[in-house]
Amino acid sequence: MNDATAAVFDVNRIRSDFPILSQTIRGKKLVFLDSAASAQKPRAVIDAMCHAMETQYANVHRGLHWMSERTTDAYESARDAVVALMNAADRREIVFVRNSTEAINLVAHSYGRGILKPGQAVLISHMEHHSNIIPWQLLRDQHGIELRVAPITDAGELDMTAFEALLEDGKVGLVAITHMSNVLGTVTPAERIVAIAHAHGAKVLFDGSQAIVHRPVDVQALGCDFYAWTGHKLYGPTGIGVLWARRELLEAMPPFLGGGEMISSVTFEKSTWAEVPHKFEAGTPAIIEGIGLKAAIDYVRSIGYDAMAAHEASLTEHALARLSAVEGLRILGSAQDRGGVVSFSLDKAHAHDVATLMDRQGIAVRAGHHCAEPLMRRFGLESTARASFGIYTTHAEIDFLADTLTRVREFFT
Amino acid sequence: MSDTFDDLRDLYQEVILDHGRKPRHAHRLEAFDATAKGDNPMCGDRVQVWVKYAPDRTIADTGFEARGCAISVASADLMAETVKGRTTADTRALFAAFREMAKTGSCPSCDPALAEPMERLAPLSGVHEYPSRVKCATLPWHALVAAMDGTTEASSE
Repeated sequence: MNDATAAVFDVNRIRSDFPILSQTIRGKKLVFLDSAASAQKPRAVIDAMCHAMETQYANVHRGLHWMSERTTDAYESARDAVVALMNAADRREIVFVRNSTEAINLVAHSYGRGILKPGQAVLISHMEHHSNIIPWQLLRDQHGIELRVAPITDAGELDMTAFEALLEDGKVGLVAITHMSNVLGTVTPAERIVAIAHAHGAKVLFDGSQAIVHRPVDVQALGCDFYAWTGHKLYGPTGIGVLWARRELLEAMPPFLGGGEMISSVTFEKSTWAEVPHKFEAGTPAIIEGIGLKAAIDYVRSIGYDAMAAHEASLTEHALARLSAVEGLRILGSAQDRGGVVSFSLDKAHAHDVATLMDRQGIAVRAGHHCAEPLMRRFGLESTARASFGIYTTHAEIDFLADTLTRVREFFT
Repeated sequence: MSDTFDDLRDLYQEVILDHGRKPRHAHRLEAFDATAKGDNPMCGDRVQVWVKYAPDRTIADTGFEARGCAISVASADLMAETVKGRTTADTRALFAAFREMAKTGSCPSCDPALAEPMERLAPLSGVHEYPSRVKCATLPWHALVAAMDGTTEASSE
C-alpha cells in the first residue's frame, strides 16, 4: 500500500473531523465504543453526500445529459477508489452491493448454486458472524451442499490442524471465513488459509467487514478469491458494500438479482447480461452512498493504515491491560493477532445491565450475542458486552470504561 | 455503593437488585402441571417457568430458571410471588396491567382489584424509560401465560 503515513497521529485532530463526537448523551460526553457495529462518519463523508445531492444528482449509467454524466463519473470514481484501497488487479472485479451480508449471499447464490455441485462442501469457522453462516445453511438445504465448521481454540484462534484436516478429502469447494472476528477481535492467518485451501482445490472467501477497518487489505497479496466488506464500518455510509472477486470467477458465475442495469439486451425469449461487474448490479445503485464511500476511503487513506493500525493496536493493548485488571471481568479470547474489539463478561452483572449502566455514563457499548450465537455457546455464554475502537477512540475513554466497569460491578455486588 | 449511578435508581431499585441477586423462586418445581420457555432472540435471554395448580385451579406455586439480566430475573421472581393463589384469568389480567405499566410507567385504567399486586410489581415500572429493556421485564410473564395456555414456547413481543 502506498498510503501516506501521517507524520504524527493526532487523535484530537481526528476527533474534530467527526461532528457527532461533540454530542452529549443525557448531559454526558459521548464515549462511542461501538464502532465495530457501525462507525461514525467524518465531515468529509457527510459533506460529499450532501454536495452530490445539492449539485450533481441524477441516475447513473443511462442518462445522456450533463447531470447523469457527472453523477456517473462520481459514482464510478468510487469503484476506482476501492480498486486502489484493495489493490485489485482490475476495476471490473469490484461489485457494489448493499453490505457484507449481501456480498456473501451473492457468492452463495451465484457461485454456490451456479458453480458448486451438490455433494461438495463449504467450510466456515466456529467464529463466524451469522451473515457468514446462514447463506451457507440455505445453500446446504437448497442445493445439497455439505456445511463444515472448523473449530477454534480456547484462545479464540482458528485450529489450523483441524482446519486442514477438514479439507483433506478434497470435497470442499469453498472456504468462507472471517478475516477478523467481530466478537473476539481475532485476525485469522489469511495467507496460510489461502495456501492450504488452494492446495486442496478450494476457493477462499473472506468476510472482511471488521478486518478492512483495522489493517490494509491487498487482495493480490492475500491471494484469495472473494473478499466481502461493508462501507459503514469504514467510516462510510450505510447501504453500500463491496464484493471483490476474481474476474474469471465473476464471469463464470450466473447473475444474482435480475433487472435493469445488469442486462445487455432483453427480449421476452432471451436476455443477455452486461459485462461484469454490472451483471451483478441490478437496479439503480446506491449512488449517493457510493459517493460517500469514496469520501470515506479518501479520508482513511489520508490518515494512512499504518497510523490507524498503530493507534488501534495501542488502544487494544491498553484496553486489555485495563480491563483484565477489573475484578470479576473475563475477556473472551486471547488471540496473538487481534484488532480493536474486546468482548467481556462480568461475574456480578449481566451484559444488558452493564450496557444500560454504561449508557447512563454516555458510554455506548454493544451487549448481546453479537450475531454470533454459535461462538457465544462455544465459550459457554449467552451474551457479552463488547467495546470496539475506532480511529477517534482515546486512551482516556478506555480508562473511563474500565473505571466505570469497576463501579458497575460494585453496583451489582 | 457508588453514587455514580444515582440516576439509575428508578430502574434498579433496591427491590430489583435484591431479587436479581437472590431470587426466591429460581428453581425448577419437582411436581408441576405446566411449563413453558420464553425466548428473546434479539438479546439471547431465556427463561423457563413451571406452574403447579391447587385443586381449585388457582396457582399453588411457580418456579423459574432464567438466563438473563437483573431486570428479567427480578421480574420473574416478583411474578412468582404475585401470582401465587390467583386464578389463571386473574393472572392474565395482572399480566395485561403489568405490561401496560412496563411500557408506560403506570396503568391508570387498571382494575382497582389489582392495586395490591400492582403495588408489589411497581419497582419494575422504571423500565418504561428504557424501551429496549421492557421485554426483559415481560419475558417471564409471556412464558407463564404460554404455560397456562398449554404451549411450550413463548417469545417476547
